[in-house]
Amino acid sequence: MNHWLILPILLPALVAPLIALAVRHDIVLARTFSLLSAGLLLVLGLILFAMAAQGEILTYALGNWAAPFGIVLVLDRLSALMLVLTAGLGCVVLLYAISGWDQRGAHFHSLFQFQLMGLNGAFLTGDLFNLFVFFEVLLIASYGLMVHGGGAMRVRAGVQYVVVNLVGSTLFLIAVGLLYGVTGTLNMADLAQRVPDVPAGDRALLEVGALLLLLVFGIKAALVPVQFWLPGTYAHAPAPIAALFAIMTKVGAYSIIRVYTLVFGPGESAAASTFAGPWLLPAALVTLLVGMLGVLGARALGQMVSFAVIGSMGTLLAAVALFTPEAMAAALYYLVHSTLAAGALFLIVDLLSERRPGYGDTLTVAPRFAQGGLIAGAFFAGAIAMAGMPPLSGFIGKLLILDAVREAPWASTIWILILGTSLLGIIGFARGGSTLFWKSASVPGNFQAGQAAAGLPFVAVGLLLAGLVLATVFAGPLTGFLDQAATQLFEPARYIEAVLRRETGGD
Amino acid sequence: MEFLIASAVGMMTMAGIYLVLRGHTFPVVLGLALLSYAVNVFLFAMGRLAIGQQPVIDAAATGYTDPLPQALVLTAIVISFGMTAVIVVMALRAYLESERDTVDLGEEEPPGGGAQQ
Repeated sequence: MNHWLILPILLPALVAPLIALAVRHDIVLARTFSLLSAGLLLVLGLILFAMAAQGEILTYALGNWAAPFGIVLVLDRLSALMLVLTAGLGCVVLLYAISGWDQRGAHFHSLFQFQLMGLNGAFLTGDLFNLFVFFEVLLIASYGLMVHGGGAMRVRAGVQYVVVNLVGSTLFLIAVGLLYGVTGTLNMADLAQRVPDVPAGDRALLEVGALLLLLVFGIKAALVPVQFWLPGTYAHAPAPIAALFAIMTKVGAYSIIRVYTLVFGPGESAAASTFAGPWLLPAALVTLLVGMLGVLGARALGQMVSFAVIGSMGTLLAAVALFTPEAMAAALYYLVHSTLAAGALFLIVDLLSERRPGYGDTLTVAPRFAQGGLIAGAFFAGAIAMAGMPPLSGFIGKLLILDAVREAPWASTIWILILGTSLLGIIGFARGGSTLFWKSASVPGNFQAGQAAAGLPFVAVGLLLAGLVLATVFAGPLTGFLDQAATQLFEPARYIEAVLRRETGGD
Repeated sequence: MEFLIASAVGMMTMAGIYLVLRGHTFPVVLGLALLSYAVNVFLFAMGRLAIGQQPVIDAAATGYTDPLPQALVLTAIVISFGMTAVIVVMALRAYLESERDTVDLGEEEPPGGGAQQ
């Protein structure tokens, strides 16, 4: 048993109530605790990453109950990668938020820690019902963060977000109930063993359960036809929270990857591999198209970035839907890239709208504002990455995906759509950028410099852009690791063995 | 009993879906509550319906009922109860701040709550 695995959940779970109860009146202390916790999470993530990189699948049985009966936490390369990504993004977003956003409403820091706890739990758990519980933990925290700071439109968008996710939770429970009724277990490794042996009479129930799960994860991942909640939510959420939400869509993608490679994986039983693939690929391609058309039609920059997030989820899931190790490795690279790019762009949107009182982030020509050149430069870099142009990581990600799908039956359609929508994305971002920065430069007058702090927010954006540059420069070692992670995903037997061997004792 | 439970779940889901698709927040909240009741009963039934059986090992027991779905339902009830409270508060807040009770976002107000222009 490896006790390190519980720490990424335990640490924020302890810090969050501490902030809420003990230091809620002292913003400096709350910020200190919050930053310390996020920093420690990053260190923990890196330690776990180093452990997982050895190739062994580590498990932690909660309460020392043996695997199919108790709940297990499981760490493999993919989980470790997601932990590091979450903690890294969390640190940066926190750096951005402590320059003012966290004081616009109550309990920002404790909700933030609960959010990190839910995310870490969802990435670590090896039990389907426990996954539901951690989904709820992260969603409940996100409801609070979504309406942080208040305002009529934000609360209305928040109500919509809560309703959609409550319906999603209901579907999740129905799916979990069906799977339990058919197989008698909810441990993912145990499920993976029992799914091929389900009698033919119960097969239909099993398939309904599996597809309902796909729909639930699709809601989280903003997959067409259940993507409609995302633009309203992300465009109205406070900017640092929208940046943090960049990882929330990835929770949906992660769950799809985990469940459909392990439980309903393309393993020994050929029938099982048909669960997700035939539905996921067309849905992902339509998502890609809808997202990039949205970028073209958006009337505000926040909306544009939200649609770009939908488009990037489409690209990511199209690669996932092929369920081959090469395409999965490419998808994981794109996942890392699109999380960082979306986070950076949402922060840039906020930098912009803070400096244009009265105009906000709408795509209208307005007078010059403070630090315009710097923001324009950051937007340029972020947009290049998001649209997938060289030299940044978006280009490498799309190249890897295009290369990996060459053998696939739908290869030509995927190529046409990815390349065509990249063009749409470039046009959309170019239109947005030229309206906001070039045309505005010719308008006489200036906005007052205002009280917007200049230091930390730019550091935060810079860190995310630096992350993109690092992902580009070190693409070789990173893809090497992701290849190994993808290979590990397609060897479910080792995962099952690692989880269930505890039946015969342990330490 | 199977017919009774199945039709109860079906009716509640049906009414719940209808209400969730309404335009105002109050029916939507009611619909979500009905859906969560339906799901709770459904989860409970997934452990198979058994009358008067022991959930815990007992020497005198003739058969057992599955205790796990009961634990799952308890968790689901707590979560759905809490979420209903949250959505009621948020819907009230949204109504008080915008004087409108519909769940759509509408186009009247500019996004971000900008007062001028």
